[in-house]
Amino acid sequence: MTATGIGAAVKRVEDFRFLTGRGNYTDDINRPGQSYAWILRSPHAHAQIKKLDTSKAAAAPGVIAVFTGKDLEADGIGGLPCGWQVNNKDESPMAEPAHPALVTDKVRHVGDQVAVVIAESKDEARVAAELITVDYAPLPAVLDMNAAIGGGALVHDDAPDNTCYDWHIGDAAAVDDAFKKAAHVTQIDIVNNRLVPNAMEPRAAIGDFDSATGDYTLFTTSQNPHVIRLLMGAFVLNIPEHKLRVIAPDVGGGFGSKIYHYAEEAIVTWAAGKLRRPVKWTAERSESFITDCHGRDHATSAELALDKDGKFLALRVATKANMGAYLSTFAPCVPTYLYATLLAGVYTTPQIYCEVRAVFTNTVPVDAYRGAGRPEASYLLERLVDRAARETGLSQVEIRERNFIAADAFPYQTPVALAYDSGDYGATLEQALTAIGHDKFEARKKKSAKAGKRRGIGFSTYIEACGIAPSAVVGSLGARAGLFESAEVRVHPTGSVTVFTGSHSHGQGHETTFAQLISDTLGVEFENIDIVHGDTGRIAYGMGTYGSRSLAVGGEAIMRATNRIVDKARKIAAHMLEASEEDIEFKDGTFTVSGTDKALSFGEVALSAYVPHNFPHETLEPGLDETAFYDPANFTFPGGCHICEVEIDPDTGEIKIADFVAVDDVGRVVNPMIVEGQVHGGVAQGIGQALLEGCVYDDSGQLVTGSYMDYTMPRADNLPSFKVGNHATLCAHNSLGVKGCGEVGAIGSPPAVINAIVDALWDDGVHDISMPATPEKIWQAIQAGQRAAAAE
Amino acid sequence: MSYAVSMTVNGKSVSGDVEGRTLLVQFLREHLRMTGTHVGCDTSQCGACVVHVNGTSLKSCTMLAVQAEGADVTTIEGLANGDELHPMQAAFREHHGLQCGFCTPGMVMSAIDLVNENPDPSETEIREWLEGNLCRCTGYHNIVKSIEAGAKAMRGG
Amino acid sequence: MYDFNYHRVGSTDEAAEKLKAAEDGTLVAGGMTLIPTLKQRLASPTDMVDLGGVSDLVGISVDGDTVTIGAMTTHGAVAGSSDVRGAIPALADLAGEIGDAQVRHRGTIGGSVANNDPAADYPAACIGLGATIVTTAREIAADDFFTGLFDTALDEGEIITAVRFPKPKRAAYMKFPNPASRYALVGVFVAEANDGMRVAVTGAGEDGVFCVAEMESALSKNFTPDAIADIAVPDGGLNSDIHASAEYRAHLITVMAKRAVAAAG
Repeated sequence: MTATGIGAAVKRVEDFRFLTGRGNYTDDINRPGQSYAWILRSPHAHAQIKKLDTSKAAAAPGVIAVFTGKDLEADGIGGLPCGWQVNNKDESPMAEPAHPALVTDKVRHVGDQVAVVIAESKDEARVAAELITVDYAPLPAVLDMNAAIGGGALVHDDAPDNTCYDWHIGDAAAVDDAFKKAAHVTQIDIVNNRLVPNAMEPRAAIGDFDSATGDYTLFTTSQNPHVIRLLMGAFVLNIPEHKLRVIAPDVGGGFGSKIYHYAEEAIVTWAAGKLRRPVKWTAERSESFITDCHGRDHATSAELALDKDGKFLALRVATKANMGAYLSTFAPCVPTYLYATLLAGVYTTPQIYCEVRAVFTNTVPVDAYRGAGRPEASYLLERLVDRAARETGLSQVEIRERNFIAADAFPYQTPVALAYDSGDYGATLEQALTAIGHDKFEARKKKSAKAGKRRGIGFSTYIEACGIAPSAVVGSLGARAGLFESAEVRVHPTGSVTVFTGSHSHGQGHETTFAQLISDTLGVEFENIDIVHGDTGRIAYGMGTYGSRSLAVGGEAIMRATNRIVDKARKIAAHMLEASEEDIEFKDGTFTVSGTDKALSFGEVALSAYVPHNFPHETLEPGLDETAFYDPANFTFPGGCHICEVEIDPDTGEIKIADFVAVDDVGRVVNPMIVEGQVHGGVAQGIGQALLEGCVYDDSGQLVTGSYMDYTMPRADNLPSFKVGNHATLCAHNSLGVKGCGEVGAIGSPPAVINAIVDALWDDGVHDISMPATPEKIWQAIQAGQRAAAAE
Repeated sequence: MSYAVSMTVNGKSVSGDVEGRTLLVQFLREHLRMTGTHVGCDTSQCGACVVHVNGTSLKSCTMLAVQAEGADVTTIEGLANGDELHPMQAAFREHHGLQCGFCTPGMVMSAIDLVNENPDPSETEIREWLEGNLCRCTGYHNIVKSIEAGAKAMRGG
Repeated sequence: MYDFNYHRVGSTDEAAEKLKAAEDGTLVAGGMTLIPTLKQRLASPTDMVDLGGVSDLVGISVDGDTVTIGAMTTHGAVAGSSDVRGAIPALADLAGEIGDAQVRHRGTIGGSVANNDPAADYPAACIGLGATIVTTAREIAADDFFTGLFDTALDEGEIITAVRFPKPKRAAYMKFPNPASRYALVGVFVAEANDGMRVAVTGAGEDGVFCVAEMESALSKNFTPDAIADIAVPDGGLNSDIHASAEYRAHLITVMAKRAVAAAG
């Protein structure tokens, strides 16, 4: 390993600009002559629009134009498309109601887009928007998923029972049979609480139109500019791709919320063309709360069948998943192909059946948020396993070890489609037990008890599926796009290298880690490597960054392109060194003829490729620039063990995380500093979900938790320092052996926290608690437990 | 109503015409085109907008530009000396205290003020001080490490 | 926010003049409440009069058994004042827990007291310690000053210049914060003053700060946590929201009061 190669904790290249205030975030960008957009949003969760009068707004000071859904319709502008079709149990397609960028007749959630005012300043646009008169006829708000499917108001007339789809996976009959043989059945009802992703940078978009060339440009806070170009260009605005450039510059966090094609992107781009002026929109945080896609929001009932030795025989799951008011870009796949296919977990459960009903409600649309379906699966499994242990008398460690897929059982085909390639769940558990000092837990518990506190320890042995994804596989499951990645490695005449990657970095540090791949393989000086991302005008194609795919898919594309560079360079070197290709060795940036001291540097070969005087023209073209498109053979399967220790003050329900250990298997580690940082961030979000965060809607469909005054964001004083370790088993199907690490923190942690609380309070009669486990909830649970004990 | 305002920003005299309601952060970002200071929320809680005014950290989104008349303002752009990073900036890089970078300007300005008030803060003191700085990426673990290291460097250690 | 005329003044006389001349004027102290309110467009004053330049209003002095804090003194200054810590440590502690560090660098005692937010901390200290609010017109006892939700006894144009706190025998403040806003869900200020016991509660009551007479009485006889352990405040009239039910707040009042008594020593 070199100082800047694979495995090194290289400090980040991107830091200089971020630390000195020279980042280039979308709101930092100003285009000459730009105008400002303000979106008028629905104050109602569900209402008919009887009348919409924009005339006073259009006449207000500074206003350039006011547009409504009717204007978009008149221009043939399409609705926002959904990128994944899930079918019902009977193979019929899901309900796919229209998703307009600006509504025409009905609003379906507080925050829904009603009109846009474009003015010379943001304030003039906002003031003018207040002059738009809308005559709403409120309709009953559909908020609860059970009520939604039970008959009553419809969010969409073309989605009966407010159902998007009723899907299943697995063998129901085989599962029923297995349950008949069960020695014990553990049942659980759980909710995976709705969250607001809250990246610190609010969304923003600037549309621009060059009337000289007819080219559109969109600057947007996106995790995947090519996807936006495809969806918006082809399906919404009818702009051919070669006339549309989408640039996602520095983006301040995404966590999934910036994957989707949002209405504002289409509105500013279209308006820029209409007005022949740049149009800029930046969200207020309160707008972000009611327009950025929310995450999670599952309600599940599940049963686990066990034999007399505690071996899992079968799992039966029924889930309702909230889609919100409209289908967001990837929403349908999150509670199906990213959730139910993970229900084997790290266990050998032979029979699994899962039904999922996706439900429309008058709430903000729900889509992928860090983990996307896998946190929901892990939470269900690890809560169920924890309870099964308690019911059968096995220890938490024992029940898991008895059911682990063995380290030598790979490749392992699960009963829910996925085939895992590698893993060692026993090893990560062992390492985590040591790290948390499991053997001394009882002593710590006694000490806490002496101080009047309850102490508990909770486990989570999880797996996830990422490195998204093999295109043919996801295509067969309803994906409407491929999920490959591209990389162009361009070597310049003087030996420096630019990599054009379809991945996007919004905090992950790709400018550093991808450069490490090049440094390691080509031996080029780190300072001479440049990673370019986020611009459809410069990069051939890409599906962007989410689903922990950048290294596993984007990085592999880079490796393939780089290996082609090495192959070609080797041929050039052979010619220049007058040796046969087989005798050329390449190491540490130097080509040598084996057994001699004849050598050429990579830089010399690069120069020769561009000044091809001594060059094998008969067999080779000049230049040194290779592109690779890589479609992965499988998902990747990081896994691991998270253990949480909590201390609770029963007087108030206050809870402190005394210790948190994460031991993750993310395959080969390219930059351990980056990997740890990703795990820290994911764990913080997972702890946030478990203890602090959660959307609350009131009966009229207003988002009560609509600002940081009421939505509890994890702060530094809510969290401990974490103990992070790893144990690598290599991915079997990419050359780097990497699995991806961006989401594991958020996937493994919530059940560890909740299981720890249940452990701490079990003897107080608290056998279940929901997320977020706030102090009041904990206190109320203890009171209820004490009352129940008193009643006996 | 328009008001002429002038102040020193990062050692340089600046002036402009603002409205009474123009926030200091707007003056910095829009009038002076210094976009290093960020806006992350609308309830004065996230801290992305923290700058120093007359040597003390405060939220530039909750102060009017006119209130900074004659003041000495330091923003993130004013910390480094050419290519030489301020010890706190260097510490954040060394310890991976940033990921997406959006909260970072406010975080670094806040951290420097902490160390000015408390040269050798404990982990608890650091975590409590950061109540007004939200980060969604790092989980704060490396931010705490960065500030500990930055404090040590600022003390001359 | 809506636009306004901005006035920077050098004295309370000038401030009062500007307020009188304005159609709908407001004072700004630290701005930590006013500016967020204006940003939300919840208010639209025609004129804003900034007390930030009135240096007379800034300062802390201790005279015998009295601590006087100028109205424009920041929470940070009170928290860090060795004078306040020496005379009334509970007050320094309370100030040090208001908002966050940056809020404490701007927020002022005058602003907080004039606003009387039912979840603010200072009103509990004022009632708890039997403070006197000194204005440009008169002196008002704390008990008479806080008249209801966001309401005080201040007349139009009347400006707070200082708050005077008598030094108690012992006192402490315990706050259970709202996890999101960090305002007090329940804050209890316990003080044993020369003229008796005070248990002042903020955050929990629908109308702002209130005192728990039963606890005051019990503590007068026996200043220990046990003395009030079984005193439950009824939940009627207590706030209830997604962060804490009235029932939980009632429980927290007793817990925080006990902790305050223990801390007061």
